[in-house]
Amino acid sequence: MKNLFVTRAAAAMVAAALPLAAGAADKPESLKIGMTAFLTGPASVFGVPARDAAEILIENINAAGGINGVPVDISFIDEGAGAEALTSEYRRMVESGGAEVMLAAISSGNCQTLAPLAEDLQVPNLMWDCGTQRIFEENDYKYVFRTQANATPEMLATVLYLLKTKPDFKTIAVVNQDYAWGRDSWDIFITALKAMKPDVEVVAEFFPKFGSPDFSTEISRLQAMQPDVILSTSWGGDLDTFVQQASQRGLMNTSTFVLPLAESSLERLGSALPDGHIIGARGDHYFLHPERRNDEDFKAFMTQYEEKTGDVSVYPVFHASQAIAALKAAYEKAIADNSVDWPSEDQLLAALEGLTFQGLGRPVTLREDHQGVEDQLMGTSVQTGEYPFATMQNIMIFDGDELTTPVGQNSIEWVGALDAGFVESVTVDTFEN
Amino acid sequence: MNFSIFLLALFDGVAYAALVFIVALGLTLIFGVMRILNVAHGSLYAIGAYTTVSLVGYFLALGFAPAFAFPLMIVSAILVGIVIGAPLEYFLLRRIYQKSEVLQLLVTFAVFMILEDVQRLVWGTQPYFNSSALQVLGNVTVFGVTYTAYQLILLPLIAVVLLLGMRFFLRHTIIGKLITATTEDREAAQSIGIDADRVFLFTFVIGAVLAGLGGALASPTTSILPGMGADMIVLSFAVVATAGLGQIEGAALTALMIGLGRSFAVYLYPEISVLVPYLIMVLVLLVRPEGLFGSPAARKI
Repeated sequence: MKNLFVTRAAAAMVAAALPLAAGAADKPESLKIGMTAFLTGPASVFGVPARDAAEILIENINAAGGINGVPVDISFIDEGAGAEALTSEYRRMVESGGAEVMLAAISSGNCQTLAPLAEDLQVPNLMWDCGTQRIFEENDYKYVFRTQANATPEMLATVLYLLKTKPDFKTIAVVNQDYAWGRDSWDIFITALKAMKPDVEVVAEFFPKFGSPDFSTEISRLQAMQPDVILSTSWGGDLDTFVQQASQRGLMNTSTFVLPLAESSLERLGSALPDGHIIGARGDHYFLHPERRNDEDFKAFMTQYEEKTGDVSVYPVFHASQAIAALKAAYEKAIADNSVDWPSEDQLLAALEGLTFQGLGRPVTLREDHQGVEDQLMGTSVQTGEYPFATMQNIMIFDGDELTTPVGQNSIEWVGALDAGFVESVTVDTFEN
Repeated sequence: MNFSIFLLALFDGVAYAALVFIVALGLTLIFGVMRILNVAHGSLYAIGAYTTVSLVGYFLALGFAPAFAFPLMIVSAILVGIVIGAPLEYFLLRRIYQKSEVLQLLVTFAVFMILEDVQRLVWGTQPYFNSSALQVLGNVTVFGVTYTAYQLILLPLIAVVLLLGMRFFLRHTIIGKLITATTEDREAAQSIGIDADRVFLFTFVIGAVLAGLGGALASPTTSILPGMGADMIVLSFAVVATAGLGQIEGAALTALMIGLGRSFAVYLYPEISVLVPYLIMVLVLLVRPEGLFGSPAARKI
């Protein structure tokens, strides 16, 4: 620590003495970055695909000569080991591991923990997957950026798609996981829905415990009530179990399911997910993205990924691609803007402000509050027979600018002030499939 | 709450209780006989489920009929008992029967942790789902609500058969009587020529088979994924402790109470459904610290 301080102090004095040379850094042998992801535990359904994708993307960057000739070296930290282990590993990777940029995290709780730590450690941190809208609404950060949307546009897109495709429904029930995401996402969803459709009736609210192996009783009760729409923002094994059990017992024939995270379960659900249910993807993430599927870079990556993992890509793969695209774009912009070989940290942070970059989806822009503005893709399930699982039809991509809470406002207050006119006025592109 | 809703909640509760009972039965049998609280029981449950899903997936891909899943469940349960249960008792638990309970708990907990990682190594972290067995039996409609015959009829039936079978086995067969005698007083049993080591090994394997069978029977209804064993062991402990350790009929009654309590909570006040098993446990233990059917002297932990 003392050495570091001396070095920094010396660097500061040199920089003060030589203002012209301020900023530029020596070109390192490699650009070390760290990424946190769930490699164990239930959320490894997201973490493992994201890690596999990140490895492919970094290999591709390095094969093309790295960033301005510097190869990228990525290490991973397991979020499944608990918050304590995560923070100490994160700190170690930055302080003695020499990581210049960190990508963290999947869990919203971990993002809430690591954002202040990144500020303390003065390390640029790209929040690559976590969904909580609170991060930039409740705090200002200098070093923390989010390279994708947050829960608000994700839930708003779900409400808008539901109101556009099924405007006449009367009753709704919810079955969400009993933890922060399940509760918060329902809060945003129902606030937005009631604002745009005040006559909707909530007939049941279930919050079964996280990791619940059995939804039989909830399903019996839902069958007795027959709500028009059933929302579930669950994911992973919970979502698979719920959909399988609902499908086995015919509940999916009588109610329309709205499943904002089902894109990540499509392949595992196979034939259990019938036609006509609403699917979201936490952004414009879909291995058959209607605007991107014929692009060479997209096709090449999808082939690489399927060869490596044997699975089709799911949204965390897209989120990883966005964070890595942002990283590369920020370094290249900082290098070009300052005409240096390698940017200083300040130059990198300056480049990240307002940066536009493109991963596997549409381009994303970082706003002044460091929140990414990402478009949202929604669709309806259909079993075409082309794949052994459901794909999407009647796809809509919503414009992220209109769905993201304006800078400085609170999401719940903002969505609560919307009205029915918003459904018609919102910009949307529609695709057959 | 009208009568049809009451019946629906009853059906859901019974179906859930059946599965919980099957797992708790193995746990309480092992405790009753060996006086050891086997935390690794949860892993045996999970491995039973994983094995079933793998075997069913494999044989169905070879073109076998989906009904073949049923014999495969039994095969998986027996595999769990013999391949994992037997060596566990023979090489490990046998050495610690005379040690303190804390050590015994720590050892079985360590085995649990090791087996959790073994599952991750073998089956990875992605959830598995194979409901072939459940689909074979089709659905039953009651008051406009569709149930699967598997959960509504088969699981409770198996639970009842196991309960009656276990009673008969322990009270009316020679091996059962040997087990009961060893449970009552190990030294006295040995002094009249009972091979207590073999009785313990046999009991542990039966208990492990029951854990595996619980997992095998649960597998068509739920996602098989890391961590499922931990959830089940916590619930089984609640059942076994409420019933009185080693009490088979008590375990059946408690599983039923917990199953019904949970399903009525979902109908009446869903927010507390998670709490119900533990509320029941607390209430029972406040009144009868030795458990519903337990006798104070027999308690060890």
